[in-house]
Amino acid sequence: MKVLLVDDSKTMRNIQKGILTQLGYGEIEEAVDGLDALSKVGAFEPDLLLVDWNMPNMDGLSFVKKYRSMGKTCPIIMVTTEAEKMRVVEAIKAGVNNYVVKPFTPDVLSERIKETLARTAA
Amino acid sequence: MNQNYIIPFMKSVQNVFETMLQLPVQIKEPTLKNEDEPSFDVSGIIGMSGDVDGTVVLSFPTTTAERIVSIFTGMDMTSESEDFADAVGELVNMVSGGAKAQFTDKTVSISCPSVVIGSNHQIFGQKDLTCILIPCESDCGEFCVEVGIRNLVAAEATA
Repeated sequence: MKVLLVDDSKTMRNIQKGILTQLGYGEIEEAVDGLDALSKVGAFEPDLLLVDWNMPNMDGLSFVKKYRSMGKTCPIIMVTTEAEKMRVVEAIKAGVNNYVVKPFTPDVLSERIKETLARTAA
Repeated sequence: MNQNYIIPFMKSVQNVFETMLQLPVQIKEPTLKNEDEPSFDVSGIIGMSGDVDGTVVLSFPTTTAERIVSIFTGMDMTSESEDFADAVGELVNMVSGGAKAQFTDKTVSISCPSVVIGSNHQIFGQKDLTCILIPCESDCGEFCVEVGIRNLVAAEATA
């Protein structure tokens, strides 16, 4: 299971990495913004993406749209402070499979990851 | 400033610290911040734009910030640590994001965070904006949230 973490905050990536490691996912790549993620998805070919919304250079929503336009079907979980219903709808329409609002507990993120992978595997 | 714009920040700071750090936060009586009043030593700053605009600052004394960041990251960190500012920035990002989600029927965007580290620094927001200081108390020490925002929609309606 290969996971790409896309967040401009190293602290947040480390927190997510810790949760993923506890879940048994060891193959983790990191990107600091949407552009960086686009440059890495080809070679890394992730099985799951965790993507922040507000990032410099290319935000998460723009990245998701671009990634989906490339025909990529890999599940994406948006992990963001953007909690408004309007934003969630916008993200789902763009091709996001699940949504986690910051702040989150490790249990919530773990559940969303399992739920997303189970749903996309079905 | 309308108190409806302050309560979301009180709720959000408590939610962020309790969820991410298991650290309860007690909120004291908010006060008006004097323009020349210094902030603490470590400040995370976020800009808001859209229907509501202005600046949000999360400010800590160094010792408090170091304790809080160490809990948040799970590592001992000082203000000299490479990733210290990143952690402070993420905290103000979550506090601001959580507050803006409570502004019903408003479209608001937040900027990426900036962090200032330096003893008793001053942060100057927009000149025509009142800044409210929300004092916070925790087991890691005191800190505060400074909110200098306005509802542009209401301002335009009364203009």
